[in-house]
Parts: sequence; C-alpha cells; structure tokens
Amino acid sequence: MSEVNHVLVTQQFPEVEWEEKNSCFIVPSEKATEVVTWLKEHPAFRLDYLSCVSGADYLDSEVKTKEKNEDGKMEVTITQVPAKMEAVYHFFSIEKKTGPVLLKQRCMDRDNPVVQSLTPIYRGAELMEREVYDLYGIHFTDHPDLRRILMWPNFEHYPMRKDYVIPNDYDYEPTPHDEVIERARERRAQLEGGSM
Amino acid sequence: MPARGYHLSKDELGADILEVAMGPHHPSTHGVFRMDLKLDGETVVDLKPIFGYLHRNHEKLAEDIPYLGCMPFTDRLDYLCGMTNNWAFALSAEQLIEIEIPERAQYIRVICAELTRLINHCLLVGFFINDLGALGTPLLYALREREKILDLFETLSGARMMVNYMRFGGVRCDLPDGWLQECERIVGRFPAFLDEYETLLKDNEIVITRSQNVGVLTQEEATNFSITGPMLRASGVNYDIRKVDKYGIYDRFDFKVPIGAHGDCYDRFMVRMLEMRESIKILKQAIADIPEGPIMGNEPRVFKPDPQETYGRIESPKGELGFYLIADGTTNPYRYKVRPPSFVNLTALRHMCIGHKVADAVIILGSIDIVLGEVDR
Amino acid sequence: MSLIAKGILQGMAVTAKNFIQSYYKKERLPTVEYPEEKSTVNQFTRNIPFLVYDGEDEIEGMRCTACKLCEKACPPQCIYIIKDTDENDKPIKRPKVFDIDSSVCMSCQLCVEVCPFESIRMDSEFELSNENRFEGLLINRDELLKSNEYYHEIHPIEAQETDDRIAAKIAEAETKKKAREEKARLAAEAKQAAAAMKAAEEAAAETETSATEQAQQSEAKAEAPEDNPETKNT
Ligand code: SF4
Ligand code: SF4
Repeated sequence: MSEVNHVLVTQQFPEVEWEEKNSCFIVPSEKATEVVTWLKEHPAFRLDYLSCVSGADYLDSEVKTKEKNEDGKMEVTITQVPAKMEAVYHFFSIEKKTGPVLLKQRCMDRDNPVVQSLTPIYRGAELMEREVYDLYGIHFTDHPDLRRILMWPNFEHYPMRKDYVIPNDYDYEPTPHDEVIERARERRAQLEGGSM
Repeated sequence: MPARGYHLSKDELGADILEVAMGPHHPSTHGVFRMDLKLDGETVVDLKPIFGYLHRNHEKLAEDIPYLGCMPFTDRLDYLCGMTNNWAFALSAEQLIEIEIPERAQYIRVICAELTRLINHCLLVGFFINDLGALGTPLLYALREREKILDLFETLSGARMMVNYMRFGGVRCDLPDGWLQECERIVGRFPAFLDEYETLLKDNEIVITRSQNVGVLTQEEATNFSITGPMLRASGVNYDIRKVDKYGIYDRFDFKVPIGAHGDCYDRFMVRMLEMRESIKILKQAIADIPEGPIMGNEPRVFKPDPQETYGRIESPKGELGFYLIADGTTNPYRYKVRPPSFVNLTALRHMCIGHKVADAVIILGSIDIVLGEVDR
Repeated sequence: MSLIAKGILQGMAVTAKNFIQSYYKKERLPTVEYPEEKSTVNQFTRNIPFLVYDGEDEIEGMRCTACKLCEKACPPQCIYIIKDTDENDKPIKRPKVFDIDSSVCMSCQLCVEVCPFESIRMDSEFELSNENRFEGLLINRDELLKSNEYYHEIHPIEAQETDDRIAAKIAEAETKKKAREEKARLAAEAKQAAAAMKAAEEAAAETETSATEQAQQSEAKAEAPEDNPETKNT
C-alpha cells in the first residue's frame, strides 16, 4: 500500500474531503467526473485503472467511545451516526504501479440515493455500477445502461441493503433444506412427546 | 473490425435484423449464461450479456457468519480455483487483524496457488479448443492432466475442488508425507504435456485462422475496460499483481510475465500457455526452497477486528481477485464484497464481439475465461 | 495446400499417439469403468461427517457430549442437536438427536475442527444417492455413529493421530490425577505430622523444653498450614 498524496487533491478541489481513518477521498457527486478526470491525467496519480466499485449501506447508528477522564473513570460518549449510502471506488495506476486510491461518493438520503456514474470515463465500471444499482438501489446518473443485472428485471427490492427483509410474497421453490428442517422439528417434537 | 470472408448483409438479402438468445443452456457458454445477439446476416451488430441465473447473494450470506465461516463459501466462487479464492480472502482478513504468516505456510500457499493456475489454464485452453469446434478430445487431454493435480489437492485438503484449505495466519494442515515428492514428479512431467498440447494447437491452421485478429482489444481499451489477468497481458500491458504487489513471498521467485502483442484471442491463448511454463518455474523453486517449521500463526478461530476497511487482492488465474471488507468490531464482516475478475472482464464482451460472426462470439467468450459461479455470485 | 496440412497433421499425430498408447499405458488412459470397477478412495478424502464411538456399544461408547460447538460453527447450519436426558429429566452428556442434513452440508470440515472431544469426523463414503429427497438425505444419529475401527479403516493416519492424542490426554489426566492424589497424600501426612507435633508440643509445654526443640516445632508448624490450603484446593 502506497501513501496517497492527498494534499494535492484537496488543494486542487477544496470540496473534496480526505478521510484519514480509511484513507479515502469523499467526493461530492457533482464534482466526481471532474475530480476523477483530473486524477486520471495528473502525473502524480495517473489512475488509469478502476479496479472495483462497491456499494455500502449504513443505517442510523450510535457509536460508543469509551474514554478515561481525569478521575480515571470510564466515560462513555455516544455519537449519533446518520444513515448513509456510499459508492466506493478503488483505483490503481497501471502506469505507475501504485494504489489503491479510494474514492467515495456519499449520499445521506437513503431513500433516493443518486451519485454520478464514472462509466463515461472508465468503461470497466459499467457492469460493476449496474451491480451496485441492482443490489443497493444507488442510481448512477449518466450511466449508459442502468438495469438490473443479477436479480430479475421485475424484482422490486434491493437485497443488499441492511434493512432488507426477505419478502414472503412470492412463490419459491421448496428446497430440501426448508422441508428437512420442518421434518426434523416434527421428529424432535415426536421424540420429546414420546419420552414424557 | 470488419467481418472477414464472404458475407451478405441484410439489405442484400432483403431480411431484417435477427435476434437470437444464445443460452442460458448452451455448451459454449460455460454455465448458465445468456447472450442476446442482434444479427445482421451472420454478423453480430449488438450483444447483451444476461446473467444472474446462478445468483445466490454470496455477499449477503457472508454478513451473517463469522469470518472463518465465509472461507468455505469462497471455494464456490470460482469453483475451478478454490485455492486462490481462499488465499485472496485470507489475505484481506489478515490485513484486518495483522498477523504474521509462518514461512512454511507462505511456501505452501504459493505452491497451491501455482498448481491452481496450471489447472485453470490447461482447462481453459481445453475449453477454448472445444469452442473452436474440436469437440472433446483436446479437452479430455487437459482434464486428464488436471486430474493429477486434483489428486494432489485431495491428498492435501481432503477435497478436490472445494478445498477450504487456507486459514487466517496459515494453512489448515501440514503437507502429508511424500506429498512434495509427488508434487515434484507431477510438475516435472507437466512440460512434456505442454509440449504435446502445443503441437496439437499452436501451428494448427484452423486455430490460427479462427482466432487471430478476432476480438481484438488494444492496450488502452484493455485498461479502460478494467480488464485484468492474462487477458490484459495479452493486450500488451505489463501488469501482474504478483510482481506489482508482491503479496505473499512472490518477490523471492524468479519468473517472467508473458505479454501478448495483438490482444486477440490467439494471444490470450498463447499467454496462458506461456504462463503455465512460468508457473512451473515458480513451483520448482518453491519446492526446492520450502523450509520446515510451523504452518499456522496462533490466531483465534473467532476474532473481532477493529472497525476499519481493507481491500486485498491477488492475481488469481483469471485476473485480479479482490476482497473488500468492512469490519465493524463484531465477529462477522459488516460488508464483504468480492471483486470477481471474470465478471469485470465480461464488460468488454460486447465491444469485442460487434462486427464479428456469431461463431466468433463463442470463441471470444471462451477467451475471456468466465466461470459463472464467480460472475453471478 | 501443403501448408494447411502441416499443422493439422501434427495434431493428428498427437491424437494418434494418445489413441494407440491408451491401450497399454495407464498414463494415457486413467479412467475406470464405474460402477463395475471402482478406483480406490484416497485416505484423505472427506465427504459427510460421522460420529465416532469407541468399543462395542454405540450409545455407551459415544464420544460426543452434545456440547453443540459444531452446531454453532457449521456455516450452513445443517446440524441439529438435542441433549439427552436421564429418567429424572436431568440432562446427560449425550445427544438424543443428532441430525445432519446431507443435502445442505457442504463438506467444509469446520465442525471437525471445533470438536473438542474428537467425536465428529469426516467420512469418505460417496455413494449417497437416495430415493427420498427429504428424509432420505437427513442422516440421523444412529446412521451417523460409526466405530473407531471404521475410522481407522478409512483414514488410517488421521485416526492414529487422533488415538494418540486421546491417549496422551488420558495419560495427562492420569498423571494429573496421580499428582493430585500424591499431593493430597502428602498434605494429609503433613497434617498428621502437624497434629502429632501439636500433641507433642502440648505434652512438651508441660515439661521444660530446650530452645532447639522449640525452634524445630515452630518450623513444623509453619509447614503444616502452608500445605493445608492446597489440600483444600485440590
Ligand atoms: S462439514 Fe461443514 S457443512 Fe457439513 S456439517 Fe460439518 S460444518 Fe456443517
Ligand atoms: S460432535 Fe463434538 S462438537 Fe459436536 S456436539 Fe458432539 S462433542 Fe460437541
């Protein structure tokens, strides 16, 4: 893992945030195309290869941090973390053999997340962005062909979201597994009944 | 790329564009994969890859089980290369908990990964010839050789394909007695098989006319399409993660990275042939150097990494296999993302096929080297 | 035309060589005609788990203690265990129900790795097809139980290692037990000695004692209480 010269980027684009913890750039969607084109061309980066596009979903949560105060007592501070969705891009440079550089597009609106598609710049993102759309429901503007890819076309939900509940409203093929569990339970009940 | 040979367009024939659904059950799609082709006569004018028939939401599954429990599931991604899948996942998870891997385990990992590369490439070449129309025979020669290596894996891990062999901090069990000698013997005989295989195919005029200048990807296109692995190198880009990241102990071995010049199907096939020879070189060095010692660091079976993100990648036989893990301080991964090489390599399929004949689409698909277990996850 | 023929003829030669050699070289034709002929099963093969029992009786010799570690570790959750109870409804360390759903089991061996009692092991039986898709593929406890001899037959090396480990464990327990007994005995002796000393002391208190004797007594006293707590611990 090589060090990322993040100051260069944040100087050029003040809107871009550098997150130290995960060493990644948080890029606002309006700026994404511009930033990425610049990163691709800039001699210090030359990020010519987009390796991986992933989605990530975070629900509203609380983070508890324990710290010792002056009296030596443990103090628990609770910080509220708002829900968010992220599209995470991993870039590498084939020319300079460096990487990865992480870039995140974040949307705080989980109901209708929209980010900028990078497919016009990196054509390799096409299927990966479609996958993120399919599984997370993040819309990519300017994507040439945003359709479902792994789920079937009239599937309604986004299965990778953290609040996804497996729907019970469609006919699914009974698998041996479900049946077997049922029968195992029955037998268990029988045995228990018999022993009493 | 204009289609070669004698060709009548739809206007000359007074016909319409023909739509053909090729697959999901078709011998040349290597699984359940569908290509919706739009044909003008016999020439492909548009192509839509359609997949998801094997989708099982592997990534969601992994969020409910501990890190170690995910390991057997990774075998089922690219079911031809269980060892490299294991390694990629172990590598990413090891970045989360930062543990040392003993020397011997590192060597065992390299040996297993290179054997996997042999399996995958020789099988791929067999399938590739199968797609060209030489039904069966050359493929069975490849399967016969593969069988020997699978026997090695069976002796080592208990299973031929679903190995579930690597662990965080090492490997599950030590090499059984005599395993290394057997491995050395098989590796020593492999070049003879390769020579034979190459005579069968390399100068074959049918292979040459069918695959040269078919499905060309230039250097720029290949990078832009995020192509990885032998396919990228066939386009002339010198990028091998074994050399770039030097994960494991790959910096200790002396091997070359074969590069193609034209980026067509023939080059992809030749790059793989050459890569097998390089793998044999690595294997020979590793077998000679492997030290004695422990095979596992002392790592707990269940662990809770600090909240963080990591991306680990290796050069799997098909390309860059990466695992993007987000830990949230519990025993299960919060997010577990697989970056499957053959899925991403498929992006370029449409681009490569347009302008070629339907029969060429089959070869181009074969040269990408997809495994649907990995594409659909 | 001659150019076209060259590569193809080379290929043909290879095929012909393979064809002819397949009649007399095992290398070239490694297949066997299953099911009439069976190839040997590798002793390291794993397929579906089974439970090992020692000795003759399946139930008495069962190693499994129904600790449910394997149930928890199984990634696809295909093991079901219920603890057995005796007449008085007290749980005993033995499973009443131990089901493995072989249609779900993915032969990953994680259950084997977690079992602390060396009870669950991998079988190499591969002809598992069944007419009933549901009950037929659910393997229950009595079908799972197989003797240690069978284990030795299918995985000789592994079984020997397991046996050695168990023997070592038992031996260790033995020595520990012995050490404990020895300690207890020593402590008891010390106690006795102390008591005797005390009695002697009491007796001596009545008569006049020399300074050296007193010193000896107090030493013995100091020894005795040191030993006592250990006896309690063990
Ligand atoms: S082998 Fe794996 S899947 Fe099968 S019972 Fe054991 S843990 Fe479960
Ligand atoms: S097989 Fe082993 S791990 Fe499973 S319940 Fe029995 S003793 Fe426990």
